[in-house]
Amino acid sequence: MSQVGAGEHSPEVRSAGISLTGAPLWLGLFAMTWIFSSYGRDFSKALDARWIMKYPAGWRLPFKRDISDAMKWLVEDASFGLFTFKEFTRGIAWLIELPYDFVRAAVIDGFVVGVGSEASQIAPSLSWIAIIAVVVAIGRVAKDWRLAALVGGCFLYLAVFGQWDSAMVTLASVLISVPIGVAGGLLLGIGAYRWPLFDRILRPILDLMQTVPVFAYLVPILFLFGFGPVSALVATIIYAMPPMVRVTTLALQGVPTEIREFGAMVGCTRRQMMWKVLVPAAAPSLMVGVNQVIMLSLNMVIIASMIGAGGLGFEVLSSLRRLDIGAGLEAGIAIVVMAIALDRLSQAFAVRPTPTHDEIESLQKAGLVKRHPWSSTVLAVALVTGLVGLMLPAAQSYPASLTLTTGPFWADLVEFINVNFFDQFEAAKTFMLTYLLLPVKRFLLGIPWPWGVAIITLAGWRFGGWRLALLAGGLTLFIAANGLWGKAMTTVYLCGVSVLLASLIGIPLGVLSAENERANRIVSAVIDTLQTLPSFVYLIPVVMLFRVGDFSAMIAVVLYALAPAVRYAAHGIRGIEPQLIEAGIVSGCTRWQLLRKIKLPLALPEILLGLNQTIMLALSMLVITALVGTRDLGQEVYIALTKADSGRGIIAGLSVAAIAIILDRILAASARNARARLGLET
Amino acid sequence: MEKPVKLACRSVWKLYGPDVKNVMTQKSHSERHLELSGEQIRAAGLIGAVRAANVEIREGGIFVIMGLSGSGKSTLVRCLSRLIEPTAGEVLFEGRDLLSMPERELIEVRRRKMGMVFQQFALLPHLTVLQNVAFPLEVQGAGRAEREARAREVIELVGLKGRESYFPRELSGGQQQRVGIARSLAVEPDLWFLDEPFSALDPLIRREMQDEFLRLQSMLHKTIVFITHDFDEAIRLADRIAIMQDGEIIQTATPEELVLNPATDYVAEFTRHIPRAKILTARSVMTPSVMAGGPAPNVCAGEVEASDRIEAIAEKIEAANAPFRVMEAGEAIGSIDRQAVIDVLVGRDPVGREVSG
Repeated sequence: MSQVGAGEHSPEVRSAGISLTGAPLWLGLFAMTWIFSSYGRDFSKALDARWIMKYPAGWRLPFKRDISDAMKWLVEDASFGLFTFKEFTRGIAWLIELPYDFVRAAVIDGFVVGVGSEASQIAPSLSWIAIIAVVVAIGRVAKDWRLAALVGGCFLYLAVFGQWDSAMVTLASVLISVPIGVAGGLLLGIGAYRWPLFDRILRPILDLMQTVPVFAYLVPILFLFGFGPVSALVATIIYAMPPMVRVTTLALQGVPTEIREFGAMVGCTRRQMMWKVLVPAAAPSLMVGVNQVIMLSLNMVIIASMIGAGGLGFEVLSSLRRLDIGAGLEAGIAIVVMAIALDRLSQAFAVRPTPTHDEIESLQKAGLVKRHPWSSTVLAVALVTGLVGLMLPAAQSYPASLTLTTGPFWADLVEFINVNFFDQFEAAKTFMLTYLLLPVKRFLLGIPWPWGVAIITLAGWRFGGWRLALLAGGLTLFIAANGLWGKAMTTVYLCGVSVLLASLIGIPLGVLSAENERANRIVSAVIDTLQTLPSFVYLIPVVMLFRVGDFSAMIAVVLYALAPAVRYAAHGIRGIEPQLIEAGIVSGCTRWQLLRKIKLPLALPEILLGLNQTIMLALSMLVITALVGTRDLGQEVYIALTKADSGRGIIAGLSVAAIAIILDRILAASARNARARLGLET
Repeated sequence: MEKPVKLACRSVWKLYGPDVKNVMTQKSHSERHLELSGEQIRAAGLIGAVRAANVEIREGGIFVIMGLSGSGKSTLVRCLSRLIEPTAGEVLFEGRDLLSMPERELIEVRRRKMGMVFQQFALLPHLTVLQNVAFPLEVQGAGRAEREARAREVIELVGLKGRESYFPRELSGGQQQRVGIARSLAVEPDLWFLDEPFSALDPLIRREMQDEFLRLQSMLHKTIVFITHDFDEAIRLADRIAIMQDGEIIQTATPEELVLNPATDYVAEFTRHIPRAKILTARSVMTPSVMAGGPAPNVCAGEVEASDRIEAIAEKIEAANAPFRVMEAGEAIGSIDRQAVIDVLVGRDPVGREVSG
């Protein structure tokens, strides 16, 4: 990898007149780093200069305190004249809570008048049968009976295995945050499409929002909105909106020029152009964004159970805290089931063919009921079960006596594994810890911070010129200046080791699936499912088998971050010009030579992009693994969350973002260099 | 008597590149005039997509802008309709400056007076044929009944009656372009832009659509700006042709003048393979008479009109033993004989020299 962009070809290097280039330079630097890392401590002792190893407290920037003070001022004193900031956040909370309460009432709580003991129910919620009927009908409308059966089965699973109530709480949160996220994303995306200035302001904010770990913005939200479902919903909406903004802007830009010109030529006003021409023409691409919003919302609703969202995430969290393995796994599987159902449904809608003219014509001739067969059926089912439910409770809510629980089974299974395979697991764990994790950790943590800053600045300069050098150096210094150097290095170590493993597993898998159709089908199916799962779910089996610690965190991160390594490698290999491969075959390459000498070098830029994505996913997962006891920036954010310390959380979050940005820019620059070297880009 | 000018542009420029603004400020904007050579443009790091284009389009005629890809013809037509803002120059529509028109007025002009047909049809995928055709009227705020009635009329005009409720993706390419044509005609525009309307169609369908287009024009008499990269198509449809190369209009003329007097070798290269009989008229082939009154009727086999194409009259002249009188406005202005027709048919030019190639 070090060869990338380090060749003698890059012009700025030649002009800078550095004699040591390419591999020797990097080897030399690495050796020096190694020496510093090993002897830095002794060195600093000998010189009596502790500042070399530990960033002096006196030099720290007071960002943490400033941010905390600012937040405090916002909540306690800020006023916009007519109303205070507190009233403003209360207003938002009320606006979100209103529809949320309604949906919750509809799917689980029932409609109630009055408070506390005075409360009396005026209408029950939709019965479990009615809700299953709704999802089955949606599945049928979106695609076919097979999909209907799948999603119906998923929801039936939730009822039968006693996860219904928490699942409905989760569903209610998703149902509220998705429309808000989609509408907000659409409007922001339209704004960015329409006003280039707005786009320029929005873009870095979106970049930051996607790199700052989710926990980090849970902290200020918690501070502003308090513990409860509203905070969770606000966090979910903020988390799920950025992809929709991007998809919207891209989809609008992707509308064929001729369609836009047609709109102008028939004399559309700006508004007509947007809503009658561009948005409808971009609708199929927009649906991709909707699918993403749904999946991200689900992911975040689960995570946000920590700040009072309740639902399935809360079940997992509380059972993990009780070490109730069976219950945790059961709730985890419920999350998986729900994720699959929502994903398949929204994907089916995204690719749903619009009806042909005769289907529409025959519908128009039919009566009202016939025209809306699924709505009518669902309405009938809801009414009947609602009425029957008044007399027969089983029709209203799934009878508790009929629920199955797999909890003991899972608990026994995990216990069985732990008892019988303990030695093997332990051996693997110890091996990895001794020979990979700990040495890397010791090496990285030993690097004196001034040297670290220098090396990263140099790397930035080498790959992307002085601009990148300035950015990388500045961000590294920011981390050090906030006294987070050690924790940041722990993050880099965990992330680095996980990405290394994910690449070692993922890239060969990607190559394999590009070469072999059968392998491709299996690998794609697995990867697709892995990607659907909310990040939280990965923690459950890992903790059960390996308990808490760096090793467990690493495995969860590897699993979560595997997908892009596989996908980009496969995509890169498939994208190679067939003639080049034919040229290799004609020259008499063996399969191995073909792979090593033609395919891999040509796929390198794509593989680097995949690596980039892998790192981003790894970082975002790493923060969540703070729950299983790491000692890195994620833990810092998590602690800030439990203490509701906004400044601490935001600074730690920004530090994670800084690491992400440095790595992203350097890798993107080297991928660009690689592409330029291969002549794929001018 | 020439018809009034409907649309004209004077020294229209469209430059692309990083420093367009600098080049612009070197000249005062009020001049709306640039004098730049190809070398100067390249030296400034710019691309001259359209360079100093002058065009006059008269009412009721088919004006074809012909050029190969990259010659700037699509950019020019977009400057004429102000889909692209020209870098410099003037565009006059019915005597009004299109480029200084405020947005409201421009919208109004486009709604009432212009129609455009696109190469890739540009149909809205979520609307039926009827809704697509009615769309321009919907934008204007016409009521549903009114716009659908009008849409049905034009759909029938282009021969798609019965397909009103189809979606674009259920139609063939030729049918889709018929929808595009119907849609552009729904508002009864005075000025009709067609941007390579048949280029995306296969050759057989293309020919059928050209016939259809000529049929419509014989009924509607619109002022037409037609873009094509196909010289045969240009010859077939045009009243006047402007040939573009590297952003410049190198010759504007009738098809016949192009064939007879190509301005450059580039133009000659296009006209070389065009069957002359399809283009040349009796006038350009005849032997003009020196005396008034022309040859006496008794020595001639018959009469042809000066504007008749040789293709149409070749057979009867070739079959007769005597020359034909060539008539214009009731006056005989010359004669045309068998040898002249044969010369045209075998590709010798009218003076008798062998045409090279």
